[in-house]
Amino acid sequence: MSDPLSRRYVAPVTTEQPPTDAVRVSGKPSNLWRDAWYDLRRRPLFWISLGFVALLLLMAVWPTLFTQVPPDNQCLLENSNKGPTGDHILGFTFQGCDVFSRIVHGASTSLSVGLLSTIIGSGIGWIMGTIAGYYGGWVDSLLSRIGDMFFSIPYILAAVVVMTVFEKYRNVFTLSLAIGGFAWAATARVVRAEVMRVRQAEFITASKAVGRSKFSTLMAHVVPNAIAPLIVLGTLALAGGIVAESTLAFLGVGLGTETMSWGADISRAQSTLRVAPMSLIYPSIALTTAVLSFVVLGELLRDAMDPKARATR
Amino acid sequence: MNASIDQEPLVSIRDLKVAFRGQHGVREVLHGVSFDIFPGETVAIVGESGSGKSTTAAAIVNLLPGTGKVTGGSIVMDGRELTKLGRREMEHLRGRDIGFVPQDPMSNLNPVWSIGFQVKEAIRANGIAQGRAEVKRRAIEVLQQAGLADAERRLHQFPHQFSGGMRQRALIGIGLAADPRLLIADEPTSALDVTVQRVILDHMASLTRDRGTSVLLITHDLGLAAERASRIIVMNQGEIVEAGPSREILEDPRHPYTKRLVAAAPSIASQRIQAEVTEHGIQPEESLADAPTMVRVAGLTKDFKIRQGGFRSELFRAVDDVSFDIPRGKTLALVGESGSGKTTVARMVLKLESVTSGTIEVAGEDVSHLSNAQAFALRRRMQPVFQDPYGSMDPLRNIGNTIAEPMVVHGVGDQSSRRERVLELLEQVALPSEVVSRYPNELSGGQRQRVAIARALALKPDVVVLDEAVSALDVLVQAQILKLLAELQSELQLTYLFITHDLAVVRVSSDLVAVMEKGKLVEKGSVDEIFANPQQEYTQRLLEAIPGASIQLGGGGL
Repeated sequence: MSDPLSRRYVAPVTTEQPPTDAVRVSGKPSNLWRDAWYDLRRRPLFWISLGFVALLLLMAVWPTLFTQVPPDNQCLLENSNKGPTGDHILGFTFQGCDVFSRIVHGASTSLSVGLLSTIIGSGIGWIMGTIAGYYGGWVDSLLSRIGDMFFSIPYILAAVVVMTVFEKYRNVFTLSLAIGGFAWAATARVVRAEVMRVRQAEFITASKAVGRSKFSTLMAHVVPNAIAPLIVLGTLALAGGIVAESTLAFLGVGLGTETMSWGADISRAQSTLRVAPMSLIYPSIALTTAVLSFVVLGELLRDAMDPKARATR
Repeated sequence: MNASIDQEPLVSIRDLKVAFRGQHGVREVLHGVSFDIFPGETVAIVGESGSGKSTTAAAIVNLLPGTGKVTGGSIVMDGRELTKLGRREMEHLRGRDIGFVPQDPMSNLNPVWSIGFQVKEAIRANGIAQGRAEVKRRAIEVLQQAGLADAERRLHQFPHQFSGGMRQRALIGIGLAADPRLLIADEPTSALDVTVQRVILDHMASLTRDRGTSVLLITHDLGLAAERASRIIVMNQGEIVEAGPSREILEDPRHPYTKRLVAAAPSIASQRIQAEVTEHGIQPEESLADAPTMVRVAGLTKDFKIRQGGFRSELFRAVDDVSFDIPRGKTLALVGESGSGKTTVARMVLKLESVTSGTIEVAGEDVSHLSNAQAFALRRRMQPVFQDPYGSMDPLRNIGNTIAEPMVVHGVGDQSSRRERVLELLEQVALPSEVVSRYPNELSGGQRQRVAIARALALKPDVVVLDEAVSALDVLVQAQILKLLAELQSELQLTYLFITHDLAVVRVSSDLVAVMEKGKLVEKGSVDEIFANPQQEYTQRLLEAIPGASIQLGGGGL
């Protein structure tokens, strides 16, 4: 038995062998949403960006909580481009209006356009993408080609045209419709791909074998499993909507002059950039912070809900 | 055994420890593994998924995935310590001294480069040949040796033009291109059909025998290991539980884990798993002829349209004139290799695919041309269990809702009676009631498959279609699920249509077999008849290809 090839080794039996495939359940139940939440709540950046978003929301809903100074009807030209004083912590614009107050009151415009355009854009994109991805065939070809057409038009350009043509009807809703109505194609593409992925899964076949109809399967199994990217995209689209509103206002085709808007303020402060840079920089900071908060939130949500991204982290 | 083997090991592994760094700190997956590989011998590491067998192989060539690191022990090859080699030295060693054949031939060849380019790349990287003409000559030689006829033409082909078996041949060729002294083959044939598996393994064996290459074979299949290797190392949870000459391990397993593994391996077990029928007061062994027919399939045919580009399309006959009967309370196994049409038959029986011609009768009623509404009623009597326990459940629904879904869809009972039924079903499939509020990702593959069985039984069906239902499971779990299925069958008088590619599983799970080849039914009969006396050459080939089939065990059994 000195031949090493015929040597036999048997490990000492130290522990009781557990029964095959024993069920071990411990801790809280977990699924995609719960895991994402556990993941998110441990991240400081999530709370920071969420804090900014909450602040923005509060400004939009209840501006008088932050400032008592009216943004546009107590403007005194004698204050034009003055620096900060006691009640006016960020100084005055060229027209002598309070900068801080204008920023606070401008939040509601940015946020409502952002939200509304996202709801419209994501809504159209979601429905188109889901139908195209789930039913396939000529329905898919038709909807995808329509999507491609919209995709080829930059939505800012389209919105400029729409807002110029319908000058009389400029309000938050039409502006959002113009932005959302041309920005849905990207969402539709992602949703379509996700629905096609889920459609291949065996639990969809299982659901049909149980006797669910095609539409019922779509609602019960496909939609919930394909919704995650829509939420991520929605957060990013919100940031895009805010930027679009500001861009249009900057170009002078946004909402009317009576509406407070960061973009319009940045545009107006342009001419006095060298003598009074702060009246341009402060609204820019507000705009950047708002957009950044939504983008960061979107990225974190994407991280938390995409298991593949999580595995490589 | 082999007198020419000298006593100096080629590779000597001592107390090898490997750990992965994860979110919750460092997790050790190999807890001190020691073994030797001698020149010219074939050693097999056998274990279930998660046993650390592939990690051991990857550690030798320092190709541990992700955050894996060797944290202790030594790997010595020719007096050189491999764990301390630098990156360049390791790259020099890979290919030249140690060849590697990966598991999945489908994903291990780059689809955008020709086969020839990839073989030449390996030859150049290993510095075997210099100069264009010489490299090309050598590449052709490598592919010829790998058993690819017409190697010169094959050089210019791309991976998608190769079948799975041909790709694995090419990969074996690449692995052996530089005449390494050790070839590591990690589940080299798990993704291939059994008959192809046999040819590939025979070929690999003859190549390595001629050159005196040592082989480290990683496999989950004990029968295959015993057939191909002189020594077997059994691993469980990152440790070696038993090692020794193959025959000894199989005939006289000493460690409790090995004993269970040997007992569960379908390729070497030989008896039909029988539930203790008398326990439930049912007459045992109703003879096949006496039982009334539950499912009758006659002349079943399915044509698929294959698009040829533009508006032209061509008909492809996936299933051609298939007929069989399944008596009530019995199991018919539909066997065949990939592409034989067996799954299409199952899908037609389940009404997931329309029937081109032929009839399907369930309990005497023709169901092959039912409208959707009529099919809805049929689904209460017939339920499927699918292959992939990871894919067949909605990840966002908890187990309770998953099992209750058929009842909800069919409007059976109210909320509380459904809940009661769910708990009853969980008990039937031997799962604790706590799993009701759990989600599929928290359960193991075997447990999920039990949930799938519970879901299939929710509506008290007569027929269950098992589409490769145990193929994705580890042997011990597989044996357990097969036993559960047998118990449920005798308890509930279920009729099973069992779709599988694995003849070894058929022997322990079925009463009747129908063998399919290229859409046609080539042979059918009782399991005993077919296994003892196969009439068709194709069936014979399939049977011979069961790994370990030739190994006779003296009094093993369950």
